[in-house]
Amino acid sequence: MASKKFLYVNRKAPHGSIYAQESLEVVLIGAAFEQDVTLAFVDDGVYQLMQNQDTGGIGAKNFAPTFRALGDYDVSQIYVERESLEMRGLSKEDLMPLTYEDEDDDWAEKDSIHVVSSDELADIIEQQDVILNF
Amino acid sequence: MKFGILINEGPYTHQASDSAYHFTEAALRAGHEVVRVFFYHDGVNNGTRLSVPPQDDRNISERWSALGQKYDLELILCVAAAQRRGLLDEDEAKRAGKDGSNMAPGFQISGLGQLIDAGIQADRLIVFGD
Repeated sequence: MASKKFLYVNRKAPHGSIYAQESLEVVLIGAAFEQDVTLAFVDDGVYQLMQNQDTGGIGAKNFAPTFRALGDYDVSQIYVERESLEMRGLSKEDLMPLTYEDEDDDWAEKDSIHVVSSDELADIIEQQDVILNF
Repeated sequence: MKFGILINEGPYTHQASDSAYHFTEAALRAGHEVVRVFFYHDGVNNGTRLSVPPQDDRNISERWSALGQKYDLELILCVAAAQRRGLLDEDEAKRAGKDGSNMAPGFQISGLGQLIDAGIQADRLIVFGD
């Protein structure tokens, strides 16, 4: 099957609407189709990766642990926009650690999350074939 | 040009479905190919046949059905998103033990793989959302 570069742009908070949760479902299906998958988190979307999420108070499903499965699906390119983090008083340390095993480097465990500037993210967007905004 | 269309919002509340309709209709009229229209999130609500808007307003789901019939267009509702929101074809309704189905003519239920496939097949995948 032809392989394309798919980018998923996540712009919304994890809760308050279902976009984030249903977006993650598309990401996992896309990865199973053996497409090249990249994720970007911008605006309130950066909250999707926050550590220690607890949805008990709102009675909604806590799907955050599903992000940890991304490495098993060979999804290792996760970009978080620095400006979005800073605007919200957040840094990479506030995000859950996401890793993958690099088959080209003796399966060394590596960080999937890269904090990039808005300009760098624009370059990443430029390189994609298919862009889905959620 | 081959287009894939993704619609992420339901009818009337948001303009996304209207914009997608106008884009799709114009693309087809201009001789372009639309490989698939995929409805996701609340977008699946565009596929109900039970919507009864006022007579002086557009009927969004009927309009999609008519366009689908005219151009033999694939109109696909994501199965998981549709089940969550009560959009059922006859098979799904039976399977879930519900008393009726509500899918408009020309719409079909299928999986998210159809969205990925549209991204692969199309030259451009256009997302209509909020």
